[in-house]
Amino acid sequence: MAELLFWPALLLYGEAAVGYFGDMRHPGRAGRVATWGVRFGWLLQTALLGVQAAREDGFPWGTWASSLDLFVWLVVSAYLIWGCRRPYRLLGLVVMPLAVALLVVARAGGGTGIGSASHYSNLFLVVHVGLVLAAFAGFTLAAALSGLYVWEERRLQTRPATILRRQMPALATLDSLALRTVAWSVPLLTLGAAVGLGRLVARGDRVDALIAVTAATWLVWCAYLGLRLFGGWTGRRAAYLALAGFALVVVVRLALPATHFA
Amino acid sequence: MRLVLVGTSHHHAPVELREQVALDRDQAQVLAARLGEDGREAVCVSTCNRTELYVAAPDADEAERAAAAALASLGPEIEPALYRLRDRAAAHHLFRVAAGLDSLVPGEGEILGQVRVAHELGTTGPLLDRAFRQALHAGRKVRAQTAIGESPASVSAAAAALAEQVFGSLGERSILLLGAGKVSEQAARNLRSRGAEITLVANSKTEREQIHERLAEVDVVIASTNAPGLVLEVATVAEALRARRGRRLLLIDLAVPRDLDPAIGELDGCYLFDIDDLEQIVVETLSLRRREAERAEAIVAAEAEKFHEWHASLDVVPAIASLRARAEEIREAELQKAESLLGRLDESQRRAVEAVTAQIVNKLLHLPTVRMKQAAAAADGVLYAEAVRHLFGLGEDER
Repeated sequence: MAELLFWPALLLYGEAAVGYFGDMRHPGRAGRVATWGVRFGWLLQTALLGVQAAREDGFPWGTWASSLDLFVWLVVSAYLIWGCRRPYRLLGLVVMPLAVALLVVARAGGGTGIGSASHYSNLFLVVHVGLVLAAFAGFTLAAALSGLYVWEERRLQTRPATILRRQMPALATLDSLALRTVAWSVPLLTLGAAVGLGRLVARGDRVDALIAVTAATWLVWCAYLGLRLFGGWTGRRAAYLALAGFALVVVVRLALPATHFA
Repeated sequence: MRLVLVGTSHHHAPVELREQVALDRDQAQVLAARLGEDGREAVCVSTCNRTELYVAAPDADEAERAAAAALASLGPEIEPALYRLRDRAAAHHLFRVAAGLDSLVPGEGEILGQVRVAHELGTTGPLLDRAFRQALHAGRKVRAQTAIGESPASVSAAAAALAEQVFGSLGERSILLLGAGKVSEQAARNLRSRGAEITLVANSKTEREQIHERLAEVDVVIASTNAPGLVLEVATVAEALRARRGRRLLLIDLAVPRDLDPAIGELDGCYLFDIDDLEQIVVETLSLRRREAERAEAIVAAEAEKFHEWHASLDVVPAIASLRARAEEIREAELQKAESLLGRLDESQRRAVEAVTAQIVNKLLHLPTVRMKQAAAAADGVLYAEAVRHLFGLGEDER
């Protein structure tokens, strides 16, 4: 059953990634088809997570690979909030190839199949893994918005004749959406990490590399929020900081999780 | 009923001729009412680029003469510049006009509203009402399904579109006008129509001295002075940026020689466009509009064809109605004849016989009805209608 859901979902996400690339070259039908690919792919992945939870008798996020599966779902969910609107289609060019790549990695790690029940409690999985990954999904989206900001601002400064050919979100809108996304994500990470730390202290475990880098990530995004709200940072500077924060998210999600889950 | 169009437009007449027949709303309404007398229908579409009279009447020649005479009475020299179209061609032209495909700038949106107003002010009946409703539908469909109206078609519209690209909604954004040329006024008007406010118009040298203070507050600067050199140096803007705390500043330089230091565009948070940039954007967007116009033409042609099919079917509707009435008459007469037999049937059996005979009539007439409507769309409708009348002896009793 899981196989029957995984492959179509991956195929639809892949179709969306290609579609958004086509939409960049010739805006129109390719973008619409891509958006439907995201919607149907997301529904299938939701069903996949449901089947995994039902078969494993609990939330299937106890391994780094299965948590990566959840992370992809959260990123695509966050993208779907805006991605269906025409000006934001270009975000899909960043988000969907990333979703495809991460889903393939998750599968390679056995995260998209049916495994044995997790030794973590459901409550812990929801509050710690769920919240931390939701925050990371938010940071990913904020970074995509910031990347789009940097690209669009560059176009406004180089002034190509084609600048108005494609309908794009305004710079001010991208800037404020990135801020709002981070403003929601930082509290989620704080809460999720606090629960994890509580468990760590209670069990007398040691701080591993992932926890250390997650703390650094948390600091960077807190700094982003502080500088934007109180330091008057906007625009390009804030966008670069968001991209730096995202680089840490990539390290946390891809380079270190194996040690943490082990 | 025939559909007739007589009119002139920017394709056929220069402004000196067009202005002779240009009508305001009241005049257009009066003219449509006058032409719509004696059982005719009439609508007058009058804009700065065209004056067109659409008339629906049983006699197309007479309607055409009346419409041409009405326009000639407004401007005697207009006669050679008039075009005359009928039925299918007239409807297709109207649909193209409503979609903005016949406009000076392809896809301009104002014409859709002008056609709607003309329809409201016209003396319409079943034919023109349907024609204009479908034309407006086609116009809206073109705007919804193509990108023909999305890109700016003038320098001022391009400036406004760029402002929206930077700020999103322009509500409560402030504009500083540096000098007041025609194009900059148009650009400012365009921005104001989208919610922005003009906070300062700096025409004189004294007023220009206030610029330094205002630069820290405004969102858009539009410059178009006649000054021989730069009016705003990069150092001045850089100083103002410190007080702006990262707020973005869009600068539009419409002057030649330029008013704004080109180095301003390199400052963080400043976006500078000069007249060449804007003109190149307009050239590019116009070529996009032309490409989209091809898709729009296909939509318009399909919608015009639907209207034509409906219009053509009007020719055969009376014959179809007579045929069905005759068949029903025969059915009822035959049932009457069989009354002695049917009298023995109970109510439910009687209803079954009624239903079966009605079904036979309907099935027999279904294909001829469909074929006649198809023939009407292919311009053979009148011939078919005559043949049906002859074969079934329709209308002979009246004679």
